[in-house]
Amino acid sequence: MEWFYVKGILIQSGINLTAVLGLSLLTGFTGLFSFGHAGFMAVGGYAAVFAGMRLGLPYPLALLFGGLVAGIVSLPIGRLTLNLKGDYFCIATLGFGEAIRLILDNVQTFGGARGWPGIPVTTDLFNVAVVAIIGTFVMVRLVNSRHGRNMIAVREEELAARTVGIDAFKYKMLSLFISAMYAGVAGGLQGYYLGFLQPKMFSITKSTEFTIMVIFGGIGSITGTVFGTLLLTALPEVLRAFAIWRLVVYGAAVIFIMISRPEGLMGGKELSLAALRRLFGPRPKREVPS
Amino acid sequence: MASTSLPKVVKLGWIGSLTGDQAVWGQCEFNTVKMLAEEVNASGGLLGAQIEVIGYDTRGDALEAVNAVRRLTSQDKAICIIGPNASGQAIPISSVLEEMKVPDIATVATNPKVTVVDGKVKPFNFRVCFIDPYQGAVAAGYAFDVLGFRRAAVLYDVADDYSQGLTEFFIQTFTEKGGQIVAKEAFKFGDTDFRPQLSKIKAANPDVIFMPYFFKEVALSANQARELGIRATLMGGDGWPSEVLLEMAADAVEGSYLVNHLDFDDPEVAEFKAAYEAKYGRKVELNGFLAHDAFAVFVDAVRRAGSFDPVAIRDAIETTSIKGITGTINIDPNTHNPEGKEAAIIKIEGGKYVFQQKYAP
Repeated sequence: MEWFYVKGILIQSGINLTAVLGLSLLTGFTGLFSFGHAGFMAVGGYAAVFAGMRLGLPYPLALLFGGLVAGIVSLPIGRLTLNLKGDYFCIATLGFGEAIRLILDNVQTFGGARGWPGIPVTTDLFNVAVVAIIGTFVMVRLVNSRHGRNMIAVREEELAARTVGIDAFKYKMLSLFISAMYAGVAGGLQGYYLGFLQPKMFSITKSTEFTIMVIFGGIGSITGTVFGTLLLTALPEVLRAFAIWRLVVYGAAVIFIMISRPEGLMGGKELSLAALRRLFGPRPKREVPS
Repeated sequence: MASTSLPKVVKLGWIGSLTGDQAVWGQCEFNTVKMLAEEVNASGGLLGAQIEVIGYDTRGDALEAVNAVRRLTSQDKAICIIGPNASGQAIPISSVLEEMKVPDIATVATNPKVTVVDGKVKPFNFRVCFIDPYQGAVAAGYAFDVLGFRRAAVLYDVADDYSQGLTEFFIQTFTEKGGQIVAKEAFKFGDTDFRPQLSKIKAANPDVIFMPYFFKEVALSANQARELGIRATLMGGDGWPSEVLLEMAADAVEGSYLVNHLDFDDPEVAEFKAAYEAKYGRKVELNGFLAHDAFAVFVDAVRRAGSFDPVAIRDAIETTSIKGITGTINIDPNTHNPEGKEAAIIKIEGGKYVFQQKYAP
């Protein structure tokens, strides 16, 4: 494999990972399914490119700006929909994702459906890696904090979480805000990687792909999210030799793994130094009840 | 890389949609390129070398297109790439082409910004089709000057880049000539009911309705227009030509005009059409003809360069002047477009595509 080609896949993995980490917090740790994350990615991407090209912000600030705008956009949506029970939130995000795409199709100052060309190609492997690593680190700290545990409590049993005094709505909002920010930063990375933005890039297929990556990696596991994203981003490239059958094979592979491991690759477990020591080291005297 | 002993096999890349909603066109392009490469190989090859065609699917996705080009230019060491057919994929691959210094010849990517951005020509991007402003101007010019229409309505797909482009340039030319746009209505890709928009168009009473989108939606909207009693002439672009349109809506589109890249019944394309149908057992889609000419440009450039060095091929493509089956292709080094390529005006008569004339606005 030529490095130049591998580098492209790694950059794409890093971009996807940034978006999927956010979705993992929302879906994996807070239990809210979203089928509109590509919409947040679009908002962030366009905002970041707008900040960089029209407002003259430097690249890192432009990315942050994109993330922030995506996060802010998520707030009214969260306020209106997070009180809804069951699948309604999921449907609302689906509508949001499509709406964003159609709005961007109509905004001629950003090129409309014909897209926004001529964006300086700034994203490379180095800055994608920096963003993805910081993103992972922050996410690990977050889910292991009190706030992360509260989100998990909301996922497991909202009523019980409320009775012990957790503000379920607040934590859902926080989770949505952070996950939208991650998606927004990923959108900015992608815009500056391709040098081109087009609403078509952020279709529902993209949102679904992200959700598949989260579930494939394992609900409630950051390690699983990382492995799931890397694997599923690389898989279509590995399967290039299958030509027209490529996506069929891809789909079959995902189905096969989901049947054989319904909990996903990691399924709530994390791979850490401590876990490795437990696995390979001498048996501990006392098992920690889980 | 100019070596004295030329290699025995050279790799020609192709990218496009083999899956997804554009797969019909992508597969036709890929088949065309493979067939033409076999023909060249059978008759002694290119500068004595056999052409190996490597094609990758982009499923209509920009990131996939970038990955495919990265793979073609680094791992496969392709000396030139043909495709993609969509502007949304042709634009983002530029930076990869420039980094690896490999030329690309797009087939039906009609957005002006595929080859020129902010007044600067992209050194490694070329195309063999005419561009949206030209096609829009041809349609508007023909409607106004030749057919004598003064009141036009436009129905377009707001979610499609091609449709937006043609709409913009049709309106621009038509109003510049003194015509009036009496209605401009939009739908989005995937819609099947166009009656609300068509009712508004009917109320505006246009002479002609411009429908710059693809044949599936054209068939549905044309049928519904006739159901609503709209008698105006329908007009379209290169998204129309397909047998499927005639199967679905022959009566509704009878008497309509469309702008195309070529005349399908031109004796010059008969040989290619027959060879393709014999080999693959189905008809050539429009993209096949342009893929044919992209391949011709590539072969001509390699022969004139006398080398398989991608940069030498790029330099040769810049001075291309050949007669393709879709018209004369004179690549302008300042725009990397085939300048002065005439459009073909086609009328649908008796359930057939009937060539009217070559037309330049």
